[in-house]
Amino acid sequence: MNLRRDIFQALADPTRRAILLMVISQSMTAGAIAANFDSARPTVSKHLRILIECELLEQEQNGREIYYHINAKKMKEVADFIEPFREMWDERFNKLETVMKKYK
Amino acid sequence: MEQKTKINAEDGKQEMLITREFDLPIDLLFKAFVEPELVEQWMGTKVLKLESKKHGSYLFETKDDKGIVAFKANGVIHELNPDKKITRTFEMDNLPAGRHGTPFGVQLEIYDFEKITEDTSRLNMHVIYESVAQRDRVLKLPFAQGLNMAHNRLQEVISKMR
Repeated sequence: MNLRRDIFQALADPTRRAILLMVISQSMTAGAIAANFDSARPTVSKHLRILIECELLEQEQNGREIYYHINAKKMKEVADFIEPFREMWDERFNKLETVMKKYK
Repeated sequence: MEQKTKINAEDGKQEMLITREFDLPIDLLFKAFVEPELVEQWMGTKVLKLESKKHGSYLFETKDDKGIVAFKANGVIHELNPDKKITRTFEMDNLPAGRHGTPFGVQLEIYDFEKITEDTSRLNMHVIYESVAQRDRVLKLPFAQGLNMAHNRLQEVISKMR
């Protein structure tokens, strides 16, 4: 539901930012990404899942392996300074809709 | 995910247009803007005063966990035409230094309510600022807060690593 707002939360995490930096120039498997961190593999998987959910990362099946690469379009959207302002209003209006549906 | 709320803020202009379609009949959408207890719920702020009529005024205030005022805004209603239109001013109050810094001035807000079907409606919100610079400052506020949050989190992690 709040995926759009979560983009900023996703970016607020240093591990996730490090992951995004890694896959800017190349596609990588989860294993190759995890090898760069001391954290347990499930922790890295959790970070990958969050990045996929907010569409900052994209998956690509290549044979038996899944490769991850950055979603440049989404990153550009986030870089757009108006986007957080839009999200703020979008959230308010979602709330308004929920409140008024209950009121009905 | 579809973007329900759209913002049109052209470069170099001191205005913006916010549009949004709602799964709500127009009278319910309108009500959400005039009933204080409803405004409180979706705006997430305390409504200290809201006189929904011509020449009426309003006052919003939000306090943080420590009881310090984090947001305060006021304005005057110039036109209130049920289920059709609200014209009002909006001004964020100056907060203690270090909170918001420079003032944001007064903006003019024109809410145009449009019926689409019996169960759906559209809000066209036209906001006009004193200057282009002021509009851009308001636009950047949530962006700056997001960045600050990210920055603070990073600082926290780095300080723990040492």
